[in-house]
Amino acid sequence: MLAALILFPLFFAALALLLPWYQGRSWMLPLAGTLHLLLASFLVVRQAPVAAPGTWIGLDSLSKIVLLATSLLFFCCAFYAVEYLKLHRARGNKVMAPCLLIFLSAMTLAVVARHLGVLWMAVETTTIASAPLIYYNRNRLSIEATWKYLLICSVGIALAMFGILFIAYSALGGAGPATLQFDKLLAAAPTLASPWLHAGFVFLLVGFGTKMGLAPLHTWKPDAYGEAPAVIGALLSGGLTSVAFLAIVRGVQLMGAAGDLTMARHALLGMGLLSLLLAAVFMVRQPDIKRMLAYSSVEHMGILAIGIGIGGLATYGALLHLINNALTKGCLFLSAGNIQRAFASKNLSEVRGAISVVPVSGTLFLVGFLAITGSPPFGLFMSEFTILRGIFSGGHTAVGVAFLSLLAMIFIGMGATVLAATQGETTEKKVLFKDRFLLVAPPLILILVVLLLGLYIPEPLRALLQNAANLLEGKS
Amino acid sequence: MIAGFLLHLCLLLLFAPLLQGVITKTKALFAGRIGAPLLQPYYDLRRLWGKGFVLSRTTTWVFLAGPAVALSVPVLASLLLPFGGLPAPISFEGDLILFVYLFGLGRFFTALAALDTGSSFEGMGAAREVTFSCLAEPTILFSLIVLARISGGLSLNSLFGSHLAEAWGTGAAAPLGLILVCLFVVLLVENSRIPFDDPNTHLELTMIHEVMVLDHSGPALGMILYGASLKLMVLGALLVRLAFPWQTGHVLGDALLFLCGLLVLAVLIGVVESTMARLRLVRIPQILIGTVLISIFALVLVLRTT
Amino acid sequence: MHSLSNFCLLLVVLLNFFTLGSARLGACIRAVAIQGGLLALLPILSHGITGHTLLLSGGALLLKGIFIPWLLLRAIREVRIRREVEPLIGYVPTLLLGALITAGTFIFADFLPLLPQHHDGLFIPTALATFFSGFLLLMTRRKAITQVLGYLMLENGIFIFGILLSDAMPLMVEAGVLLDLLVGVFVMGIVMNQINREFSTINTERLSALKE
Repeated sequence: MLAALILFPLFFAALALLLPWYQGRSWMLPLAGTLHLLLASFLVVRQAPVAAPGTWIGLDSLSKIVLLATSLLFFCCAFYAVEYLKLHRARGNKVMAPCLLIFLSAMTLAVVARHLGVLWMAVETTTIASAPLIYYNRNRLSIEATWKYLLICSVGIALAMFGILFIAYSALGGAGPATLQFDKLLAAAPTLASPWLHAGFVFLLVGFGTKMGLAPLHTWKPDAYGEAPAVIGALLSGGLTSVAFLAIVRGVQLMGAAGDLTMARHALLGMGLLSLLLAAVFMVRQPDIKRMLAYSSVEHMGILAIGIGIGGLATYGALLHLINNALTKGCLFLSAGNIQRAFASKNLSEVRGAISVVPVSGTLFLVGFLAITGSPPFGLFMSEFTILRGIFSGGHTAVGVAFLSLLAMIFIGMGATVLAATQGETTEKKVLFKDRFLLVAPPLILILVVLLLGLYIPEPLRALLQNAANLLEGKS
Repeated sequence: MIAGFLLHLCLLLLFAPLLQGVITKTKALFAGRIGAPLLQPYYDLRRLWGKGFVLSRTTTWVFLAGPAVALSVPVLASLLLPFGGLPAPISFEGDLILFVYLFGLGRFFTALAALDTGSSFEGMGAAREVTFSCLAEPTILFSLIVLARISGGLSLNSLFGSHLAEAWGTGAAAPLGLILVCLFVVLLVENSRIPFDDPNTHLELTMIHEVMVLDHSGPALGMILYGASLKLMVLGALLVRLAFPWQTGHVLGDALLFLCGLLVLAVLIGVVESTMARLRLVRIPQILIGTVLISIFALVLVLRTT
Repeated sequence: MHSLSNFCLLLVVLLNFFTLGSARLGACIRAVAIQGGLLALLPILSHGITGHTLLLSGGALLLKGIFIPWLLLRAIREVRIRREVEPLIGYVPTLLLGALITAGTFIFADFLPLLPQHHDGLFIPTALATFFSGFLLLMTRRKAITQVLGYLMLENGIFIFGILLSDAMPLMVEAGVLLDLLVGVFVMGIVMNQINREFSTINTERLSALKE
């Protein structure tokens, strides 16, 4: 059943390659997305949380959370993509549709992997599958962005491989067999050779942190998110970063089982604070709306890292934040894409008064900004508040104060850009693009879900999140 | 004692030009020609000996000292070096440093003789030659240090003693192989062979060694050519002993083995010269530095395992 | 067996030096190809001939030794370049740095808490040295294709380390890793081609328009 979840997007990808019908190829995407969401929801609701130990794929609470978030995001983006591809007939979808489906398959495999080697392979496949997608616009800037993305992420993933091999080496010296199967590693964790495990975790953090976009390894993010089409930016910032975060969290889980949680926490806390700081610095006076969203992504990855780094209540907050962030980023990128199409530019020099030109997208962008910076009643407020409660109750007042002041700085910086882009008189005279249903419905759905999560978290979801947080805390 | 001396000198003086002949013959065969006879260098030497001197009026005694030193240095150096299984006639602790710097002395006088002519042409060649030899010197020193570390002594006799055969079989094989390659490169540089210098070219842009001896004639040129072939044999003896570390115990057997090894080396040099092109001058320092690094790496390997 | 695998590992290190110091792209690609071929021999030399090692060696030889270099040679033929430009720190400093790093890894590998059977071996120092040489190549060169070669050398270093752990990596996963590498290089080749078409060069210094 789980294998089907991974394999059927590949089947659709092959179909999309062979199908000579343009619209048919585009519609493969929502078809696959719907099936994926249905199957994923069914599996999450139905199966027992722990998979049979010793297998390569399985679902535990952490996987379920990420799977739900990415599946929902892909579902919405797929419908958006249909309309997007209709507008870009000239550029074709023979590359985009199959690559997106392979991307979905690889992300799913990474989420449900129980063997570190399989996890690595899947994340590398997502890098390779997303590179042609970033290059979709085929201009100088997107080539540059693609090359940087490809090289930096490939090197990062290679470092992560080194980390995984170090972890295997630590198992070699221990009592158990040398294995990379995650459950066996967790069971043998106390016997793992400490220096190799620590070194492995550091390399894992650096490697997958590159993919996630933690500072100082985030340099590819502004370029890649800025030049990629909006739908790709949404998937990368919402889906791929969550998957990379999951990979790091597996490392934290292992360190926790081995009893070395403090070192892992300190590392994550440090990188998280650095990400927040860099995001705040670069967000101020950022004239490019997509680059601004990229820095926002860095900021939220920092918040996730801080949440896990503090532990306790903040872990629950971080996991809730993962879902909220993924969905809100989706909404933001998709509406930013619409705005870019309406003004034929993504720079503040040309984009003014978006609400009057594309009312729904402009409003969604504004609302998304309010959500992403943590305004109530949206879900992000709840998750960030929970993390803050965890920070202050743990006694890390300095961290909490820094957190709050950097968030304030980000709010001011981002607000300046977003308000300038959406409000005011527009300079655009002719109508290049009007809001279409399939281009505004997905971001609307995403932001409504985030609003719902902010007002009320359904009990099964709350239990799932608590379960996952317990996994990370080392309790059973 | 005296017999050893005489045997050493005989081998050196009689067989050195033969090596040059073998190299030239190999190159000719590769090029599809028949080429000059194997004993051609001997004929050349006899021809040059019978000619008269032509000396420039601007030169001094240094000009004649160059060929004299170029002839005597390899002879002296050969007395320090074991030829195959035959031990060296003169041997004392630290003679490997004397060995390396005897060649430095020879180079010094050759360069000085070139500068003595006052021609900018030869000065250019002298500058190039000195630069490249300067870069090759650390290689040969590090290689000798590696051998000293493996053998435990500081005299060339003990460096190339009978323990080499076993040393190849143990973990020291890796560093020994590396310095074999490094010494081969040093051989090519010091004897001005392709890919570092073309012994057959007479174009300004490409000459290094040839240009330094441009003004010599008659017996002086003969002395230089003979000295060059002696130098090839002596430096080749280092390689041969390293690559063929076997002993037969019998004096004649050892001598024969040594000569066979030298002939194989000469053929190898001929093959290398025929298959490679001369390097651009700016690449030569890079290659030489690379060789120094490889010899340092061999030293690190030896220090690590002992 | 032990001495033969040591010999292969030393050749790998020499090939590192060669690639760091060479300016001819064809020669560099062939050096990395030979390195891949040597790496393909190592599983058989260190773990004996079993089904697992035979398949792994065969796969590594095909992919690292034949297909990936073929892709790269085709890429430089399409782009029509043969020589690298002067690297960011010059050839000789690159060589010196590479030699320093290699010597460093060989000296300090013994200070790492290794298992007794790995203690005097050359596997771990060679793996680390190749990894760092690849990283150095990636960071100091300007042409896109040499950056890809640096990435391949980096992966070669990781592969050497992985040979010590072949019990931990099932064959399917190793095959997946190698295939990922192949497809990755394929995609990089395509992007390089596009770079060349757009900028008429693959000198990545031209890719500097995106900045704050």
